[in-house]
Amino acid sequence: MFAEIGHAALWLAAALAILQMVSGALALRAAEGEASPYALYARPAAVVQAFLAAIAFLTLLHAFAVTDLSVKLVATNSHSMKPLLYKLTGTWGNHEGSMLLWVSVLALSGGLLAFAERRLPERTMSATLSVQGFVALGFYVFLLFSSNPFERLPVPAVEGIGLNPLLQDIGLAIHPPTLYIGYVGLSVAFSLAMGALITRQVNPNFAKVMRPWVLGAWVFLTFGITAGSYWAYYELGWGGWWFWDPVENASLMPWLAATALLHSVSVLAARDALRTWTIMLGVVAFSMSMLGTFLVRSGVITSVHAFAVDPERGTLLLVLLGLYVGGSLTIFALRAGSVAEGKRFTATSREGALVFNNVMLSAILAIVLLGTLYPVLTEAFDVRVSVGPPYFNPAGAIFAITMFIVMAIGPLLRWKDDSPARIQPQIAVLGAVTLLVIALVVFLGDYPVLPVLGLALAATLGLAALMPLKGRKLTRVPTATWGMVAAHFGVAVALFGMACEGAFTQERLAAVGPGGVEQIGDWKVQLESVDPVSGPNWTAIEARLAVSRDGGEPVTLNPQARNFWAPAQATSESALLTTWDGQLYAVIGDAAGIGPDGQQRWQLRVWWKPFVTFIWYGGLLIAFGGVLSIIGRLQVDLRTRKASRRREEQREDQAAIARDEQAAGGATPEPAE
Amino acid sequence: MSAATDTSEAKAGLNKAWVWIPLLLFIGFATLAAFMLTQPKNEFVTSKMVGKPLPEFDLRPAAQDRPGVSIANFRDGKPKLLNVWASWCLPCIAEAPQLEELRDSGAEIIGIAIRDRPADVAGFLARHGNPYTRIGADDLSEVQLEIGSSGVPETFVIDGQGVIRHQHIGDIRAEHVPMLLEKLQEAK
Repeated sequence: MFAEIGHAALWLAAALAILQMVSGALALRAAEGEASPYALYARPAAVVQAFLAAIAFLTLLHAFAVTDLSVKLVATNSHSMKPLLYKLTGTWGNHEGSMLLWVSVLALSGGLLAFAERRLPERTMSATLSVQGFVALGFYVFLLFSSNPFERLPVPAVEGIGLNPLLQDIGLAIHPPTLYIGYVGLSVAFSLAMGALITRQVNPNFAKVMRPWVLGAWVFLTFGITAGSYWAYYELGWGGWWFWDPVENASLMPWLAATALLHSVSVLAARDALRTWTIMLGVVAFSMSMLGTFLVRSGVITSVHAFAVDPERGTLLLVLLGLYVGGSLTIFALRAGSVAEGKRFTATSREGALVFNNVMLSAILAIVLLGTLYPVLTEAFDVRVSVGPPYFNPAGAIFAITMFIVMAIGPLLRWKDDSPARIQPQIAVLGAVTLLVIALVVFLGDYPVLPVLGLALAATLGLAALMPLKGRKLTRVPTATWGMVAAHFGVAVALFGMACEGAFTQERLAAVGPGGVEQIGDWKVQLESVDPVSGPNWTAIEARLAVSRDGGEPVTLNPQARNFWAPAQATSESALLTTWDGQLYAVIGDAAGIGPDGQQRWQLRVWWKPFVTFIWYGGLLIAFGGVLSIIGRLQVDLRTRKASRRREEQREDQAAIARDEQAAGGATPEPAE
Repeated sequence: MSAATDTSEAKAGLNKAWVWIPLLLFIGFATLAAFMLTQPKNEFVTSKMVGKPLPEFDLRPAAQDRPGVSIANFRDGKPKLLNVWASWCLPCIAEAPQLEELRDSGAEIIGIAIRDRPADVAGFLARHGNPYTRIGADDLSEVQLEIGSSGVPETFVIDGQGVIRHQHIGDIRAEHVPMLLEKLQEAK
């Protein structure tokens, strides 16, 4: 019953998407400045559609919660014996469910836009809603015709197949939904960009409307990528935090584009420059989200993230991609010429630095895109290659390093035009810090070049991020500026973590019997015992490790090698010990034969990763900076709104007084209002 | 600075040809992707265990009317199929008719039941047929993991010396039956 309601809600939502698209488009046919009778329907259609999509998602959530095994998706992806939390998160741990989540978030953000946004000209709004409806429609069609999550089984299954055990983790509860909100938030930025381009309204006013959406989406993407990286780090048990896997890249590319867009839209809002850039980045950012979805879901690329792969779905997604990306890029190319040139500025201005770094971000984006697509390209010629860190790290670093340097200096420059001589003292200090750190690290030991540069740049950037606060009264600094400072400082923190992980990580792999001791860095790791344990749907061998630092109080760690039985799969549960200056990371592997003392030995793998946690602290700080920035912008918006309302009231009051005076001079005085 | 350097946007005003570049790149990508989608995807991953001998093992019987399985059963000179399955596994039900067909075509099939209870195994065999000559019980997935199988069902072609010749991942569909029979022939 519930599944049918959800299915029906989805069809109705699709119908409303058509209404939204058509009414928005028809409204554009009215002459400029004239109200169109069709424009009326677009907003309510978007709002009701949001409700229907939410209902559809909730019914699927319900089916998973009660393990309704007559629903095919539940039977193939869930299991009655799974803990409730993972039954619920299992809703989006599969292709159909995650696409439904995607569409629901799309509809909800479209509804929010239609409901809340009143600042744009009605024509631009109609065009925007029409584009948003068009995008939503495509994904409804995709869902209903090739990935229906509500399909019933002719005969209910006796038991479900279960969820991939790697996904039975709290990480799954957080990581995909936040990423989706980010991806889909970019759809609103995309629709706004198209709306503004179609109705020729690319101006600061439009940028101010677009900015919170871009910021919001960017915050969620940042948080989602950070969470995903940490999840992969502790769940896969490989000790790494980024693998340049196609699916990771698929989330990184929209983030890179969104970061560039974020800066570009701020310049457009504040300075009325970078008009064309902003529009193009708006199109590219959402295109990257869809491209990522296509690459992951079509099976064109092979990845460790084993998603259900289906060429028919791939074809349909490619058609959608062609319509949206191809269509928007065509409109962009045709219309870009008509976008009036924005305000000019010199290379040595804050805009100049922002443009430069946007180009750097785009270059990194191009490198990641090329590295991700290259295996597909060569496979077309029957050569199978795999592109990994040896390509991504140095190629990305060339642009990243330049970008970090400009990022340190850019915020110190004034808008429009500035002379480098003015900030010479600051540049000298920053340069000295860079050289000092490089000298220090090189003196301390022999480390690879990239981590050394990373450490130096992290120190420079951390200092530079705080410089805009210098000489200002801290209580008077706008919230949005605090946001920038926090985000830039977060980049320095994350970079510090990455560089430390790259330079100072120590690894120990050994076959150890109970009682055996291994030394790693300052840490003494003793294997006390290995015992079988069991959970709700798994059995495992669990090691008891006593770890102590410099002879201090020992702490017990319990890494496990788990075997799930529905579906049968082995995973390793790493055990982490977090201290302020890093993490001890332990994994227990297979049995490694009998030792000379006659005892069973086990493969034990231990890493000491100094300051590795700073990678994710930095990520969180960057996202937090975005949140501060949103708060700051909203504050300013509310204040101007209030001020303009007050002016309005004053004007009305004055008009009323004037009327009263006039009336008093006339024959019959009217009662005052 | 008096000699203001024009930035990219100012230059772009003079020459807007660059606005077509993203579209061209996208068309290139779409063409490539469309081509790749039409290509038959070789999803077959050659297992590292192919060509390796089975490990030493000895499993207790999983069903009352069939003996258990040990490594010795695979070294009698006759190629066999080794089917890794479980009574709680849905695709195993789907492949049951194909296993019967293989047995009827002369293949000897030895089963290993993963994490199963004797009563469930008996129930499964009664409902979906019993194509096995022997069924071993692998309660901790030990043998399963050692032969490089990570899920159920999987089917291995083992030659007469106990060496793995082929690994089939997932359920056996009707179209796989001739291929498996051929692999059995090759293993002779």
